[in-house]
Amino acid sequence: MTQTTTGIPAGRPRRVRGRPLLYTSYAQDMALLDTRAKRVWTGLLVLLAFALSVVVADSSLEVLAGAYVLAIGAIGLNIVTGYAGQVSLGHAFFVAIGAYTAAALSGPPGGDNLGYGLAEIWIWLPAAGLAAAAAGVLVAPLATRLRGLYLAIVTLGLVFLGEHVFKEWKELTGGFGVGREAAVPQLFGTRLDQDGALGTREQQLYLLMLVLLIVFAVAARNLARSRVGRAFAAIRDRDIAAAVIGVPLARYKVLAFGISSFYAGCAGGLLYTISGYVEPSSFSLLLSVQFIAMVLIGGVATVSGAIAGALFISLLQPLTRALPALVPVISGDTTQTPNVFQVETVLYGLLIVLFLVFEPRGLFGLWIRAQNYWKSWPFSY
Amino acid sequence: MTGALESIIRGLGNGSVYALLALGFVIIYKATRVISFAQPALMLAGAVAVSHLAEVTGFYLAVLLSALLIAGVALGIERVAIRPMVGRPVFVVAIITLGIDVVVRVVVNGFIGRDVRQVGDPWGFGQVTLGPLVVQQRWLAMLLTTAVLVALLFAFFRHTRYGLAMRAAAVDQETALAQGVSVGAVFALSWALAGFLAAIAGMFVGTGQGIEQMTWVVALKALPAIIVGGLDSLGGAVVGGLVIGVVESLFQSYQGDFAPWLGQNFAVVSPYVVMLLVLLVRPYGLFGTREVERV
Repeated sequence: MTQTTTGIPAGRPRRVRGRPLLYTSYAQDMALLDTRAKRVWTGLLVLLAFALSVVVADSSLEVLAGAYVLAIGAIGLNIVTGYAGQVSLGHAFFVAIGAYTAAALSGPPGGDNLGYGLAEIWIWLPAAGLAAAAAGVLVAPLATRLRGLYLAIVTLGLVFLGEHVFKEWKELTGGFGVGREAAVPQLFGTRLDQDGALGTREQQLYLLMLVLLIVFAVAARNLARSRVGRAFAAIRDRDIAAAVIGVPLARYKVLAFGISSFYAGCAGGLLYTISGYVEPSSFSLLLSVQFIAMVLIGGVATVSGAIAGALFISLLQPLTRALPALVPVISGDTTQTPNVFQVETVLYGLLIVLFLVFEPRGLFGLWIRAQNYWKSWPFSY
Repeated sequence: MTGALESIIRGLGNGSVYALLALGFVIIYKATRVISFAQPALMLAGAVAVSHLAEVTGFYLAVLLSALLIAGVALGIERVAIRPMVGRPVFVVAIITLGIDVVVRVVVNGFIGRDVRQVGDPWGFGQVTLGPLVVQQRWLAMLLTTAVLVALLFAFFRHTRYGLAMRAAAVDQETALAQGVSVGAVFALSWALAGFLAAIAGMFVGTGQGIEQMTWVVALKALPAIIVGGLDSLGGAVVGGLVIGVVESLFQSYQGDFAPWLGQNFAVVSPYVVMLLVLLVRPYGLFGTREVERV
């Protein structure tokens, strides 16, 4: 084994005991789980997530399953907005495309709405993602010409145009106020939205969403540390500098929109399988703002942050629903003023503002702060 | 032919409301380089303030008082939430205004309630004949008021110390600071102006059909207007607003006959189509400054 002048063996990478952050090879530095603590805790967290499916009540599992799907969408938005720096307010549009592609493919043929009877999840899920990705790639040429706030406004226009199309295309969507049945999650002949051999309906859906979230999250982490991810980061930090060092801007911006929309489409396809029903006015600006809130509250350009943000936003709803019991001023009745829905909306807005003012790195930043506090304890800097 | 002309006058009327809102966006953008997504909430707040005050003070005084009140609210928002963010990325500040918009709208909705509120305007759906044309009075009122306000505004920017300070800060903040311009005061003034204009626009949106909780969406049509006109052009905002208004009105009148396949209410989203088409040809709008970047 050759020895370099620094005394660190240059050959086979090896860990130095008690020095978890000492890397002896590039591969170690780039590893997904670079320290033993991370490996152990991530493993435990995943185990805990799986264990929840047995322990937790079905109604809570449904909320969590929804949160995991939203997390997939938030990771998607994080790829284009967080990693590649292209502000998109149009995420709801791509989610809608995914939702309707999935619903149309898996719907029963000859019913009230368009349906092709392909209920197998491994058919409609990739199809939903690809349809949304195609839309993203179509929109991207505009994005490559525009920067910053121009892009934000154009993608906002996209949401309004999409909402109009989906409200009018009654054959596909059922129309405004009517809606249609959502995609049917069927895996190798087993309906996952009915109680079956694997457990209750909620348990099955929870496990499905959990597994998919892990797949999508690992894929996004891998993307971020690859050549593509580095190109995204370069474009975000300074697009002209990126172009000068040889990153083809147009190609990577199109790619960022494509991948982000793929995630959005998959999330859209899955999101409404839980309620079993999808209505075109769900895909409004508010949905886009919610995704933005998840990314900002969780942590920009981090996968774990996007997941944390999605969980946070999704759990906000059941928490505010519990408020009337604790604070008698707040009413559970929508006709009263202050009611829980108003409190919830105000909280979205306030949380976005407060996080941006006080901790722009979001929940992930709070985690880093806590880590640093204990790392340097008892010194406070 | 008279039908088309009447449609165009309606478009100019509504378009002048969009122009007022667009001017607010552009004034804030020029001063702070941020698009304030809080404009819809301020517009709605203005309309609600008018509808409540008109019962007490009469309509015209109520409009003035509400516009001043909303200007004050905008000042407060700028001081509390925007000023601490100086120097941060514009995207962050824009998202903060989005959050403020959500919060303010919920508060304002509490004052609207579940029913449609009338703003107490003297025009209603009353009509007036101009030669062969029959048009609603309120469209003429919108057009006239906007013309006066725009003239005053341009005179303000051209001939007063504060207008000069705002123009200087828009060109280069640091140089303006070095010349003794208080850039903070410029920020505050731009928000106050935008709030003032938004409140008057809100009052006009409420004429005739009244206001309800969903009325805020109207303000978002000013976004296509500023993109069409160019983000940093005051004249462009006025032109963009009028163009958007006329296009929307023409779609409203004729799309049902000529292009029914576009679906009902296509007029509502037609501004966004115009925006996309303009952007394909001119990425910085009709009158916007092309961004030139040095490395």
